[in-house]
Amino acid sequence: MSNIPSELKYATSHEWVRSEGNGIVTIGITEHAQDLLGDMVFVELPDVDDEISTGDDVAVAESVKAASDIYAPVSGKVIAVNEDLEDSPELVNSDAFGDGWMFKVKLEDESELEALLDAEGYKNSIDED
Amino acid sequence: MVNKTVLHAKHLDAGAKMVDFHGWEMPINYGSQIEEHHAVRTDAGMFDVSHMTIVDIQGNDAKAYLRRLVINDVAKLTVAGKALYTGMLNEAGGVIDDLIIYFFTDTDYRLVVNSATREKDLAWMNKQAQGFDITITERPEFGMIAVQGPNAKAKVATLLTAEQQAAVEGMKPFFGVQVGDLFIATTGYTGEDGYEIILPETVTADFWQKLLDAGVAPAGLGARDTLRLEAGMNLYGLDMDETISPIAANMAWTIAWEPSDRDFIGRDVLAAQKASGDQPKLVGLVLEEKGVIRSHQKVITEFGDGEVTSGTFSPTLGHSVALARVPRSVKVGDIVEVEMRKKLVKVTVTKPSFVRNGKKVF
Repeated sequence: MSNIPSELKYATSHEWVRSEGNGIVTIGITEHAQDLLGDMVFVELPDVDDEISTGDDVAVAESVKAASDIYAPVSGKVIAVNEDLEDSPELVNSDAFGDGWMFKVKLEDESELEALLDAEGYKNSIDED
Repeated sequence: MVNKTVLHAKHLDAGAKMVDFHGWEMPINYGSQIEEHHAVRTDAGMFDVSHMTIVDIQGNDAKAYLRRLVINDVAKLTVAGKALYTGMLNEAGGVIDDLIIYFFTDTDYRLVVNSATREKDLAWMNKQAQGFDITITERPEFGMIAVQGPNAKAKVATLLTAEQQAAVEGMKPFFGVQVGDLFIATTGYTGEDGYEIILPETVTADFWQKLLDAGVAPAGLGARDTLRLEAGMNLYGLDMDETISPIAANMAWTIAWEPSDRDFIGRDVLAAQKASGDQPKLVGLVLEEKGVIRSHQKVITEFGDGEVTSGTFSPTLGHSVALARVPRSVKVGDIVEVEMRKKLVKVTVTKPSFVRNGKKVF
């Protein structure tokens, strides 16, 4: 069973969200997701300053196996992207919840975080798969 | 019913991720498919290919039977142990399977065919055997390990007896020799140096462990696919099948047209296709930008549409490569378009071979 840190929030589409305070969150994909996809070869990220809405396909994780859309788990403005993934997409495999982060968003509405799954809820959602 | 090879427990011990491969539970990777790929290109890796089907053809008419059954001519094989890659066609000229034939004597041959096509291959071979004095014997009691990479032969050598070492010393590509328990062949599916070794199931797990101890990295089906695709080698079921002519699958080189009176199955159809020049062809595609070309994507050319048969990310080159079937007028160096995820992306046409012995070849 893969690691599901309890301090993070999750979307059923396998993104994780970490609150950094001041309405800023960091977003990536879960260890379970990277395990399903296999070795990552390209990651296409949104642009800084993009306005994104919950459910938009905003990034693409392309692995040896398939290209997968990554959906915005929250709405807001992209304020940073992980440029290290350009040359080292494998960081998503080796450290999905850390160095493999994808982008940071300034939330439009902080209460949106409450609608996301907690670790227990995400664990249940992948057990149903 | 899921089949397991004799190495199944070894794969689980090594932490393999197992998948169903045409009814066989096989390792897709042991952690990182890309690292396994690099191990084969730069050092030595090994694959469990025990699921493949080994069939011995023996008897007075073995040679005559195979000269009818396959498109290449086994009469070209005169040195014991020499191997031949070829295809077995239906009456309509479609590829039932691709296979390797090892020659021992005119009355004794060994075939290695795909596992996914095992039942239909055996049914077809038995049907065609009518009137020939031969026996067709499947050999499921053998395991098979492919050891591939620039250091593969040296690492295998550490496990061989003096007699076995002497037998494989200086053996040319595409040969096989039986010494003791091992049938050792200089064949493979990666574009690297190495061996494919057929051995009794009773000793296969022990041999695998000794290879591990000698520093050979286990590699799964994922790496096997990226390696064979970089080498421009066909995968049955993707790059060709029963509806595809060998002429449209980069297998024309395996057709022996001479002598002209050899009546192999599918000959008339192939001769007509050759004369009309209307068959499509298999080419390579290279995309140096981001993105990965995938099987079944549409290829748009000025001469008409084609289709990607196999596409992947090439770990050796760092970008995507693919095999595609396109109209015959498309030429190497042309720029064509591939429909990828709702976008049209420009790619370059190459010969259908990308990497050999660790080096880019297009």
